[in-house]
Amino acid sequence: MTVLASLLIAGNINADQIKIGTEGAYPPWNSKDAAGNLIGFEVDLANELCAIMKRECTIVEQDWDGMIPALVGRKFDAIMAGMSITDERKQTITFSQGYADEVASFAVVKGSSLEGMDTPEGINLSLGGSAVTKSLKTLTKALEGKTVCTQTGTIHQNFLDSGDVGKINLQTYKTQDEVNLDLTAGRCDVALAAAVAFTDYAAKSGTSVVLVGPTLSGGAFGNGVGVGIRQAGDDEVGKRDAQLLKDFNKAIDKARKQGIIRELAIKHFGFDASM
Amino acid sequence: MDIDLIINSFPKLLTASLITLKLLLVSLIIGVFLGLFFAILRMSKNIFVKQFAYGYSYIFRGTPLLVQIFIIYFGLAQLEWLKKSVLWVILKDPYWCAIIAFSLNSGAYTSEILRSAFQTIHTSMIEAGKSLGISNKIIFYKIQIPIAIRQSLPAYGNEMILMMKGTSLASTVTLMDITGVAQKIISTTFKPIEVFIIAGSIYLFMTFCINKFIKLLEKKYNF
Repeated sequence: MTVLASLLIAGNINADQIKIGTEGAYPPWNSKDAAGNLIGFEVDLANELCAIMKRECTIVEQDWDGMIPALVGRKFDAIMAGMSITDERKQTITFSQGYADEVASFAVVKGSSLEGMDTPEGINLSLGGSAVTKSLKTLTKALEGKTVCTQTGTIHQNFLDSGDVGKINLQTYKTQDEVNLDLTAGRCDVALAAAVAFTDYAAKSGTSVVLVGPTLSGGAFGNGVGVGIRQAGDDEVGKRDAQLLKDFNKAIDKARKQGIIRELAIKHFGFDASM
Repeated sequence: MDIDLIINSFPKLLTASLITLKLLLVSLIIGVFLGLFFAILRMSKNIFVKQFAYGYSYIFRGTPLLVQIFIIYFGLAQLEWLKKSVLWVILKDPYWCAIIAFSLNSGAYTSEILRSAFQTIHTSMIEAGKSLGISNKIIFYKIQIPIAIRQSLPAYGNEMILMMKGTSLASTVTLMDITGVAQKIISTTFKPIEVFIIAGSIYLFMTFCINKFIKLLEKKYNF
């Protein structure tokens, strides 16, 4: 038993090798090409960061809803999956500094009654105050009784669950792809996700999905997207995790200075989402 | 092991089991009628009718239930003409999509169970009825069907349990059944062991009840 355990840990603890988990279903952050290879902003960025750290990396695929349990269960060493840094997640794992950030937005199929939603352009929940309260009120009114679709276990679900937008009919899906499918199928009145997830889908699928309402940031939406890493423990693996966190932070600094993150963001998002 | 989480999630999962039960009961009831209908078609002397019934059971027993749900839920939603028809009122609702998939699947298995049960009825029993001058119709309703039901009970108990476990796939089309709620809890607590143990226990309890129910029926129809 101990032999087996040490073998398992030994297999995982090869100091130069890092396994990075990603979802592969959240374009343009991470997705798969027709041949099944992982592609996207984070796949490119992971390779760049590993080159800077001079470490050998393998990127593995993991369903979104099992992402954090898989990291904690040592199936891989780091998460790069468009995962926003939130307090809720920080109770279980830790994050590197943010490498990219972009706003969330609602989307509808063209012709929806929600299309002309009269709200301010952006709501930053961290700001608070009467302006935010008023904007949320308008949003609550517009969404009342509507079926709102989003991916399970995301910051978007947290926001919709928080009660900030009142009583809605929330419908959750395992992947963003399924959200997009049901939005175009007409089962969702409106969907919420990263704005680029919708614009990317509209461009690639040729469907008439359009963004509506305010862009959302701050508060439940976290503080940008970072690399998720296990909280450091006292054992060998824990020490290695602590080192990994330092290394990722350094590598992100370097990649930012060299303009690599910015370049990759523009390539994949069409705008500078780096931070 | 997070005992608090176990205690907190238990009532939520118990409430969700009502949806699981509803899906199971409605699907099984529709499935029995479909199964009986297709089992009778299978015994027809008309080759086309027979092949049609065989094709139905072949397709639904030969493909994964998950694929069937996806075709009905995501697949049919791509057909524009369907979305403009009245059928969309039903197909728009994930609940009915799941019911349709489960019923058709259960119907296919039930038809096989009933068919084999009908075939095991010894001709002497039918001949005995005929020699007493009982009409074919009454022989079918009073002799063949009761015997077939008795014969198929153990196999049908299995089908009920399989279907009960199959309902967990409803969570893939946004329904908040036991599995759906379990996944939702895990998505915020990141603790799969605790939540899935409770979910599994509830499923196990349902299996226990189904088993008892079938045993009871077997006793009642023991002749």
